[in-house]
Amino acid sequence: MKISEAAEEVLERMWICTNENNMVHVSLGSLGLNESSPQIQELLEIENITISDTNVSLTDEGAKNGRLVVRRHRLAERLLVDVLNTKDKYVHSSACEFEHILHRGIDDNVCTLLGHPSTCPHGKPIPEGECCKKARDELEQFVTPLSLLKKGQRGKIAYFNMKEEDKMQKMLAMGVLPGIPVNLVQSYPSYVFDLNHTRYAVDREIADSIFVRIERD
Amino acid sequence: MLSILKKKRCCGQEDEIQSDLERIILVGNPNVGKSVIFNHFSDSYAIVSNYPGTTVSISKGKGRIDGKEYNIIDTPGMYSLLPITEEERVSQSYLFDNDPFVYVHVVDAKNIQRMLPLTLQLIEAEVPLILVLNMMDEATERSIEINASRLEQELGVPVICTTSIKGEGLDKLEEAISKYSFQHVDSKVVYSRGVEYAIESISSLIQDEYGISKRTLAQLLLQNDKVAFENISQKGEDVDAIKKIIDGTEKEYNNPLNYVLTIERQAFVNDIVENVMTTRKRDVTLTEDVEKSSRTSLRERIDGLLIHPVTGIPILILVLYFGLYKFVGGFAAGTVVDYLEGTLFGEMINPWVVESFNAAVPYPVIQDLFVGEYGILTQAVTYAIALIMPLVGAFFIVFSIIEDTGYLPRLAMLIDRAFKKMGMSGRAVIPMVLGFGCSTMATMVTRTLETKRERIITSMLLSLAIPCSAQLGVILGILSFSGKALFIWAIVICLELVLVGYLSSKVLPGASPSFFMEMPPLRLPKLSNVLIKTYSRMQWYFLEVLPLFVVASVLIWIGRLTGVFELAVQLFSYPSQWIGLPAEAGVMFLFGFFRRDFGAAGLFDMYNAGLLSDINIVVAAITLTLFMPCIAQFMVTVKERGVKIALGMAAFIFPSAFAVGFVVNYVLTTFGVVL
Repeated sequence: MKISEAAEEVLERMWICTNENNMVHVSLGSLGLNESSPQIQELLEIENITISDTNVSLTDEGAKNGRLVVRRHRLAERLLVDVLNTKDKYVHSSACEFEHILHRGIDDNVCTLLGHPSTCPHGKPIPEGECCKKARDELEQFVTPLSLLKKGQRGKIAYFNMKEEDKMQKMLAMGVLPGIPVNLVQSYPSYVFDLNHTRYAVDREIADSIFVRIERD
Repeated sequence: MLSILKKKRCCGQEDEIQSDLERIILVGNPNVGKSVIFNHFSDSYAIVSNYPGTTVSISKGKGRIDGKEYNIIDTPGMYSLLPITEEERVSQSYLFDNDPFVYVHVVDAKNIQRMLPLTLQLIEAEVPLILVLNMMDEATERSIEINASRLEQELGVPVICTTSIKGEGLDKLEEAISKYSFQHVDSKVVYSRGVEYAIESISSLIQDEYGISKRTLAQLLLQNDKVAFENISQKGEDVDAIKKIIDGTEKEYNNPLNYVLTIERQAFVNDIVENVMTTRKRDVTLTEDVEKSSRTSLRERIDGLLIHPVTGIPILILVLYFGLYKFVGGFAAGTVVDYLEGTLFGEMINPWVVESFNAAVPYPVIQDLFVGEYGILTQAVTYAIALIMPLVGAFFIVFSIIEDTGYLPRLAMLIDRAFKKMGMSGRAVIPMVLGFGCSTMATMVTRTLETKRERIITSMLLSLAIPCSAQLGVILGILSFSGKALFIWAIVICLELVLVGYLSSKVLPGASPSFFMEMPPLRLPKLSNVLIKTYSRMQWYFLEVLPLFVVASVLIWIGRLTGVFELAVQLFSYPSQWIGLPAEAGVMFLFGFFRRDFGAAGLFDMYNAGLLSDINIVVAAITLTLFMPCIAQFMVTVKERGVKIALGMAAFIFPSAFAVGFVVNYVLTTFGVVL
């Protein structure tokens, strides 16, 4: 059954309040609504929320739906900014309209189109969809951190995941670049690997942050 | 050989040089052989080893090429024009300020794919440039062929192939330098539109002239290089406008700009490499090749043994046992020192010197200064030549052999995990091992460590618990009367080292260091290089040590004349007695201030005179090892780490040495340990 746009807005705000702002319940007043408002009635009817006194809480079903609305909203923002090149001040309002259109299926398609982004343009996390999990699992079969490579296994460097930029800069300068073939020689007490004709030794922390696309036999 | 030694000046000093000569500057990645080429062409000597980061400061010398004299300059290795560590910054700043005749970029021929990016950067910088493909022998061994003339066409700069360690191709390099004249070469790299646009806009904003091209300066600015920004703000450029362009460009790309630039530049390098380099399939029908490939596989097998923990750790213990204990402790401290000090100086030279001096100069006060108990000739010169020289020399021979094989980076890799517990990375093993030779030198080498925290911990441990070869030799010699005594000494020192390392890693703020190191191929050490390196280090050591010994003799002489010496000895007799030693041992600790080994030599004398019990000797050896570093090391620590930190270390080391001595003495006497 389709939830009305107004009810979706409520779920969205409720989800952000409880999941990102750590509030246990939200008062009706702060939503600007009362118990007889049509969207509250609708949500009560489909058991997405419960009300005690004037406080509203999400049910499990409500939380699931709210999460999807947030996901659609933030995906919509990404789409507007990255693909459609929308000006900053219009992003939010356009996304609010967009989120109601991107229904089941379409959101995953957009997500795939955008390359499964993890944050919205404002830096907030985008809740993961089925498509993201699937893509990651597929990728993980072939791409693994250097530290998980087996001795003697070969591959090519895929990407880095380093917190500090100057560490990455050092690796780049030393010739550890995406696309270069790598061969793990030893993994204890330190990780030793060959890149072309040079041998390197690194510690666990760095080996964890170099990702390798494994060559299949 | 001797003639080479004579013409070489001492290494490691940044001498003032004549500025009117044209300059040749050697640049390139670490461990590609810049210093070998420097030594070939110049009249001074830079230390050559087989690990990245041997050269930590700039070496200068004069050299004659095709009849013309030049200043030749060796720089610490750098990976790219965008520096990260302190020694790379030294090299980069040279590019900003200099207008040399030519830069000689030295690369490792088998790794051109990794090293040509710097060549392309130098071409973009529009500096005069010659490219040297060095270590051609190792490339050939791996069946790599490089078409040098094709590479020359692709790059537009002269390309010379050499195997510098064997002297091959250096005549061609000499010819290339003498014929060189600067020609403008267009940049080989075209970046993506956003970057090119930013480079153009920044270049058009730059008004002044710099040692590097505007294009290169713009790239450094795009990658937020500190020095580049300092340079442009000094010359009053429009920094704000430039920053605005950079901000805009950063927003256009998902990845940091240095990543973008490096990746895009590498694509051009890959194209060039594909055109000029071929790796032949190994053809084993030729006998020569069979020999070569079996040599390569032997090298690989030895390498495998060295880096595997199960075999690597026993090998390390063997190296320490034979290299340090047997050769330095046994042969040098035992046989050689016994002969030199006991027989040569003790029975032959010194009695004659004393007699003739006394006959020539009949004043007792002067006699005391030169040939008395602590005299300049009888003590300072005798100690320096008969005791210290053989020990330090023996250690540096062993160390030179070890570092030339390329064993140290492998050791660093084996030990990284253990060192992390003490707040250091495996890289710190190089200064720590060098510390067994001369802790002063080792404290200077801590410069190659990446974080300040790691540098502090390493210099602290060097001051505290690493005995230098002279001290170690004397202590090993004295403690050799009982295996148990030696064992107790070693255990206490190791425990203190680990404990203090562990505690300081907990106390000092900052992130724990990361470990990332290139492991050069194993190489057979060359005798001539080992000798010249040992000679150069000995020379440095002597210039530093002998004057201090003489100063010590003079100070003691003055002190004895004025009575200050007696007072100081008395002052030190208290802590000596607390740890169970006779009051006379105070002299030893006082000497320890001047030099660690000087103190140990004092211990040696007391031991010979039969003044010490067995337990006394162990306690004294432990306390002396943990005691203050020598003056020279303290001065270097002040210079590298600052006065505050150096004094802080001293404030910890002084009481803790006696505290440990007290505990050991208490335990040994209470339990009545018989050694």
